[in-house]
Order: sequence, then C-alpha cells, then structure tokens
Amino acid sequence: MSELAVGNIVRRVLHIIREEDHSNTRDAVEGFRLSVGGDNDYIVEQDHLNLSVAAQSSLCRPSLHALLERSPDSATTYFTATTEDDSEEKRKSLDPNARSLEFRRKVISAVNDLIEDINTCHLVIAELAVEHIHHNEVILTFGRSRTVKEFLCAAKEKKRSFGLFVAEGAPKYQGHLLAKELAARGLQTTVITDSAVFAMISRVNMVIVGVHAVMANGGVIGPVGLNMVALAARKHAVPFVVVTGTHKLCPLYPNNPEVSLNEMRSPSEVLSFEEFSDCMDYRIGTGAPQLHVGNPSFDYVPPELVSLFITDIGGYYPSYMYRLIADYYSSDDLVIQQKPAS
Amino acid sequence: MDPRRASRTVSDPKIRQVGFFAPPPDRSFSGPPDPISTSTPNPAAATTTAAAANTSSPPPISDLSPSGNSLSPVMIPPPRHSSDTTHRPVPFPPVSPLRRDTLSLTVGSYNNNNNNIISSSPTASFYDESKGITVKVSPTPAASSFPGGGFDLTAVKASSVPASGLTTVSVVKTLPPGFTETIVEKVGGSVEMQNDLPANSKPLKERTSKAERRALQEAQRAAKAAAKAEGSKLSATTSGAVASANAKPTKATKPSSQKNDSATVASSEKKGGDRPPEKDRKKDAPHPRMQYDDKSRVEKAKRRAVVKQTEARNRVELFRHLPQYEHGTQLPDLESKFFQLDPVHPVVYKVGLQYISGDISGGNARCIAMLQAFQEAIKDYSTPDEKTLTRDLTAKINSYVSFLNECRPLSISMGNAIRFLKNRIAKLPLTLSESEAKAFLQSDIEQFISEKIILADKVIVKHAVTKIRDGDVLLTHGSSSAVEMILLHAHELGKQFRVVIVDSRPKLEGQLLLRRLVGKGLSCTYANINAVSYIMHEVTRVFLGASSVLSNGTVYSRVGTACVAMVAHEFRVPVLVCCEAYKFHERVQLDSICSNELGDPDAISKVPGREDINYLDGCTNSENLQLLNLIYDATPSDYVSMIVTDYGMVPPTSVPVIVREYCRDQVWI
Repeated sequence: MSELAVGNIVRRVLHIIREEDHSNTRDAVEGFRLSVGGDNDYIVEQDHLNLSVAAQSSLCRPSLHALLERSPDSATTYFTATTEDDSEEKRKSLDPNARSLEFRRKVISAVNDLIEDINTCHLVIAELAVEHIHHNEVILTFGRSRTVKEFLCAAKEKKRSFGLFVAEGAPKYQGHLLAKELAARGLQTTVITDSAVFAMISRVNMVIVGVHAVMANGGVIGPVGLNMVALAARKHAVPFVVVTGTHKLCPLYPNNPEVSLNEMRSPSEVLSFEEFSDCMDYRIGTGAPQLHVGNPSFDYVPPELVSLFITDIGGYYPSYMYRLIADYYSSDDLVIQQKPAS
Repeated sequence: MDPRRASRTVSDPKIRQVGFFAPPPDRSFSGPPDPISTSTPNPAAATTTAAAANTSSPPPISDLSPSGNSLSPVMIPPPRHSSDTTHRPVPFPPVSPLRRDTLSLTVGSYNNNNNNIISSSPTASFYDESKGITVKVSPTPAASSFPGGGFDLTAVKASSVPASGLTTVSVVKTLPPGFTETIVEKVGGSVEMQNDLPANSKPLKERTSKAERRALQEAQRAAKAAAKAEGSKLSATTSGAVASANAKPTKATKPSSQKNDSATVASSEKKGGDRPPEKDRKKDAPHPRMQYDDKSRVEKAKRRAVVKQTEARNRVELFRHLPQYEHGTQLPDLESKFFQLDPVHPVVYKVGLQYISGDISGGNARCIAMLQAFQEAIKDYSTPDEKTLTRDLTAKINSYVSFLNECRPLSISMGNAIRFLKNRIAKLPLTLSESEAKAFLQSDIEQFISEKIILADKVIVKHAVTKIRDGDVLLTHGSSSAVEMILLHAHELGKQFRVVIVDSRPKLEGQLLLRRLVGKGLSCTYANINAVSYIMHEVTRVFLGASSVLSNGTVYSRVGTACVAMVAHEFRVPVLVCCEAYKFHERVQLDSICSNELGDPDAISKVPGREDINYLDGCTNSENLQLLNLIYDATPSDYVSMIVTDYGMVPPTSVPVIVREYCRDQVWI
C-alpha cells in the first residue's frame, strides 16, 4: 500500500489511453457535425444513429480493454458515416484493424513520453536550481534523494558556493551516501545526526528535501523524521522546499496517513536482536510482549509546513497541487476497481 | 496539526484550580476518563485497572503526595538566612507549611559527624553502612524501594570499581577486568610528565603574587566599608560580594586572612535578601567562558596542559569556538602516565580516564565521581610549609579541575559543585587546624552530595509521580537518572502505564535505560528519534532530563531533546523537565551553537551493529566532508510546561528566581 508512485503511473497510463480515445471521439463528432449539413434523409438518419452511438460511447466509457481491442464493426460504424469531410478521408480510407493499430501506436508513444519525462525530471528541476540557491547560503537536506542531488549539483555548476548540512536519516542512513557523493563533487558538506536538526537549523537558510509521494491536499509522504525537520523549519521560519517530479503526485487525499500510508520495517534496524534477545522474551501479566519496537519508514508532513513545491512543470504552492490532478488523471481512475475473482 | 486527543483533562469548573497542584487523593474529581487507556496496547490490563484505580486511589499514594492538602500550591519558600560556615546550617527547606512530613528533616540534624538521620515513619533504610549514613524514607509498598538502591556511596578507592555501583546514575559499563594489568604493562612509558612540572609550578607562583596584591586591595576596601557602615549590614554585603568574586573558577583568587575575619564577624547578621551595592554587583556577572578561536589563549592553555591533545584536523567552521581534539589518542597516552602521578592525585586521574572512555556519563554521575575524588584528594592532602591551607588547596583543586576539563569539558553541574567547594575552602576560619579543616571540607562535600543530589532526586521523584496517572503513556528521551527513578518508583507504587523510550545517535543511551526498565517489569516501547512524530500520537506525557536549566528558561540537555519537546508541543502533550536545582545556572543561551560540546566525529560514521552502513569509512579526512557530533542542545522555554526540581514544580520562568534566591555566593541554602 505504500508504493503510491506505482498507482500513479497506472493511472497516468489509463488517463493517456482515455485521452487518446477522447480525442478520436471528438474528431469523429466534429466530423458528424460537419456532415449533418447534407439533406440526404438516409444519411441523416444514419448520421443520427451514429452520432448517438458515438455520444453513447463517449458518455458511458466502454472498458479500456474494449477501446484497445475495438471490434472492427463498431469502428466501421464510427467512421464510415463521415463521407463528406476531407479531413476524414484519411481515416475513412484506413482499414479498421489498422485504425486500432494506429490508436495503439499513439498510446504507446504517449507512454514512452511519460517514461522519458520520469527519467529526466530531475534534470528539468535542476535547471530551476539557480533561481533558488544563492551565494553563501546554508542548506539542510534529509536522507538521500536523486532529485535533490542533481538540484544541488546544478547550483554548484553555476558557481554558487554554499554550505550543506545532511541529516543522516536513520535507520537507512542514506544521508551518509549522499554526503559522500556530494563531497566528491566538491560541495562543502557536513553530516549531522537527526537529533541535531533542531540545534543546527537556526543557522540554515533553506531546507530542501525529496519525498516519496505528494498527496492531493499538498501534504507529502517522506522518509521518517521529515515531520520533525519540517516543524523545526517552521519554528525558525526557514523555507521548507520539496523537489519532486509530477509522477509522484498522487490523486488521493490522505486519511490517517501515519497508519494507512505507512510501512513498518524490521525492528532489527533499530534494536540489535543479538543484544536484546533476552529482553524479547519478557511478558507482562496478560501474555502480551513487554517490549515493543516501532520502526515506521514514512512520515506525513501536512501542507501547512511546506513552503514550496518545485516540480518539472514549475514551482507551486501546496494548496495548488490539487489542480494538477485534473491534468494528469481521469476521475474514473481514482479508485481502481478490483476485478471479481470469478 | 490538529490535536489528536478528543479531550484533554478538563477540570470540573466548580473546583477550578490555578497553578500546579497535586491531584487530590480522591480521584473522582479528576476529569473525564482517559481516552488513552482504551487505546493502549495492553487493552485488557489497562482498562480494567484504570477503571479500578480511578475510583479507589491506593492509600500509599496519598501518604506520599508532597502537598497533603490538595488545594495548596507548591510554593517557593521565602529566602532564608544564609547563615555561614562554621556549623552546618542546613535544615532542608520546607516547601510549604502544609506539606506532609514524609521528608521533613529535624533541624540541626546535620552535624559534623556523619550520622545524619532523616527520620519519619518506619522505613526501609538503605545506603551503604561504610559511610555511616542512613537515610530513611517513607514506606513504599514494595519495600525494595528506591532505585537509589543502586546508589552506592562507597568512596572511590583507587583499586575498586565504582562504576558498577552507580548504576542508576551512570552508564553501566564495567571497567574491563584487566584494567590494572594493562596499566602495569604500560609503565615503561614516557617521561613527559617531568617536563610539565616546571611549567606548571611557574604560573602558580605568578598567580600567587598577583592574588596577594589583589587580596590586600580587597581587604583595604572591606575595612573601609566596614568603618563606614552603620551596622554590620554593609560589611556583610561586601563580604558576600568578595566571596562571590572568589568563586569565579578561572581566576585563582585567594582570600586573605582579613577577609575571612570580616566574613565570620558579619555572617551572623547577614540576610539573604540584601542586595550588594552597585559596584560589587557588576562582579557578579558571570565571567565569559574561554572561546577556543582565540589563538593566544589556546596556546597558553596548551602549555599548561597535562593531557596531550592534538586538535582535530577537520573542524566545522561554525564551531571553531569550541575545542575539538582527536579522539582515541588521549586514553592510551594517559594510561601510560598513570604512575608518574605528580601534579594529579591518582583518584582524580582515574576519574579523568573514566570520563574520557565514557564509563561515567550523565550530569549527576560525573559530579558525584568528581566530588568523591576530591574528598580523597583532600584526605591525602597535607599543607606544604610556608603556605596557607586555603590558598594552596585552592590551587591544587584548580589544577585538578583543569586536568578533568582536558579529559572532558566540564558539565554545568560539575562547574557549580566546584564553585561551591572553592567557596567553602575560602570560608574556612583560620583558627582551624589542618586536620579539622580537612574534616570540615570532607563533610561539606558529603553534605552537598547527599543534599543536593541524592535528596533532591528523591524530592523530584515524589513530586513527579503525582503527575503520572493510570493508563498514561510516558515518553522519555535518552537516559536520564532522574526520569528513570521516577518511572521505577511509579511502577513500584502500582501505577499502570507504558513507557516509550526515544533514542538518538550516536550514543544510543536509551538502550541502556530500556534494558533496565524492562528488567524491572515495565512495559516499554523503543523507537528512534525519527519516529517521534509517529509515536507521539499515543503519548500523554513527556518526561525529560536536563544537564542544566539556564536563566532564560532554556533547557540545556542531550542533543535531540529539543526535537522531542518541539514535536510534543505540536501535539499538545505536556513536557516535564526533571532537574535538580544545583544544576541551574545564571548563564543565558539562545541557541545550541553558542556553547556546546563536540564529540568524536568517528562515532557518526560508524553505525554499531550495521556493518552494511559503511559509506563513510575512511572519509573523515576528506577536505569537503565534515562530521559533526554535537553532544548538547538548547530547548527553548516555550516548549517546556513545567520543571520539577527539589524546590518544587516550577515554570521555566522561575529558574532565575531560584538561582538568585538560593544560589547566592554558592552557599546553596
């Protein structure tokens, strides 16, 4: 349940397919309107029929499977009615099978574009870095994010000299890796423990982090500990900037995200089993274990704590993120139906 | 963030109470039943016992509530006479006239011989008979009682291992059994100690001569003021001011005989509430601490140093004003010098080694270890010819202090204890023989430890357990001796609650606390500090310990405390800080950078138990990469709901009041 990006991409692809279909339908309908001007009764009747069929199909949204595997008959009824218009010539002349093939080709190319976008989003975001990072700034980041890494390196390329604090991000300690990579690229980095974030944040100008997912209300799901950092940033009036690609934007609203959108990892990352093996067996009176270890992997940060989202389509305020959903997702796909087993 | 709890405890408007009150023994008035109790993970146990406990309060609790009358606030008592030296002044301050006598001390019970008995009802007595002190406390249902049973006041003997005794106060790390053997092996070490000697003695001589002149000046001024004054009032204040001027640790001032006379004459009439005249008040401002980016002073300090330190190469710019040395080189070096003891008494040396290795950690443990080492040193001390006891002993203490400081920077509690000791030495009447003076000092130290630390902890526990209710989920950070005692005592009283221990790198002290609590039968949850937002949803109270509380209400404590307090504040969970009053300090600090302690950077790159995390191996010398290991941080006072001290439960704004009223001249009455 925690890998929201997967669901996002599935919805994006569905949306692409629907869009393609919708644009085909739209053109067909337009063709109808143009051709209805003829006063051939037979044709008008036929047109009305086909128009209603077209309208019906666009309204009741046949299953996507049907869209892709459209039977030649329905395709023919769709398109043969349009006789007059020149722009329909091409379509009319196509063989129905080829037409569905054409449709699929368009969908595939759109999906390829999506893949390309995802792969290069951090480069696009990094180009915006120079607007936000200036000389002699001190930046704090948390854990490790490839987008953040490219963001900071791009600013370094532009000869902005700034200092960096990296919080290590237990229990994965990805911050260590990030610090090593950035130091190798020439950035002045200091590794601090997560507990020292409040102590150091008074000297920090900006907090830049990458996240796991962005929810529709503008809240973010990030590595555990991010809420602490965001609260400290708000207390010291330090801007909390989230860099993310749009593929992480999830159309769901978070409901009890600490539990429902969280994932608990093994306690051995936090407490070594060898040292505490004797304590594991203690039981209190009711038989419940005496020692619990909590190791959540994600943290929810509410939208009030985020100052800015920097995405590959620009910078936005958290309360605006819900508008982007309409661009990328269809409302039918928000709840993905489970197919009944039978 | 929205408050997660449906309703906090709302007191019935009919009995609206303002201020900090202990809950009335009859629990039926205490607010709506806890929604928390239904959501704890001990569902069956908690709800049934919570329901039962809410209606019938167990009798021992009412016996133990410090304010017996439920409607009386816990007040700071009016300032008392700081009657001076010769006989031990101190009855323990009565907190309020309505207070139940569970801990009342009989006046004059402290006298010079060590048979201090604080009596009340039939009790469990504990403490080690070797010191001859028995301290009795009121009954607890489990007679095995106080976790202070771990407190072992055996004096630090050079061969014994004190660390195992001080379990509740210090980190439990027993010294490796082969400790003495390894020292023997390294006897053939260098003879650098000899070279340090002449360097050490020279500045001592210089300081003496300057202090002589200064002492004369002070004496003249005192005499003039005494002649001018109407009563003995003014002389009392000048002696007070002079005594406070003596208390500054970095200036090695030595009182002259004339000052001592005026002090003893004026002492009987001195009132604590008098303010010193304006010119002397300026001297009371705390001396700014040494800043380590001042090159000349660093060089001077290095020349006098006993411990050889090499400065760390890769230093964080922001912390240039703090000392940072290469770790790992000091301990073997010092071990090899163990038998060339000269400036440093072996017991003090040993304590210093324990600081470096981390065997003793925690404000109380370090302070007690240091004071006991000083007791030993005083016992073995003999005044050299042509020197006065006070001056020479103060100089010796200074040298010990600087040695300990080099081993590990002094904590604030240690600083206060040292000022107290120096003040006592300065106030010794000259008529005493050497052995009497030594006995006085030793008993003074003993009294300081037992009153300001041991007893204070008991009072804090008494106050704080009233704030724990059945069904509570209590969160604590790291390992604090005071908080541990509170939790254990509450558990013994039969309260049903859960503990959440939040731990932070790199010290991971919470694991030791976890082991101790689980061993005693408390139900515990353990989490990393990152998970504090996740876990705070279930928490009802946060108990934190402190290394010190500063005069602007800032709590100076282990790094990570500020984060925990901030998240608790966000979730509207009350934060209680438990701190003995001797740790309060008049300093002020706005953030964690002005003053801190830097630990070993390698502790960050290594993650114990996770060998797969080795990204930073060998990277400590890279020029672009620095590792920062802060030890302390400063929590702003607005995150703290209440501070529980031995003077009562006070808001953070009362700290400067306590410092002013009770810490004048470091007399600590």
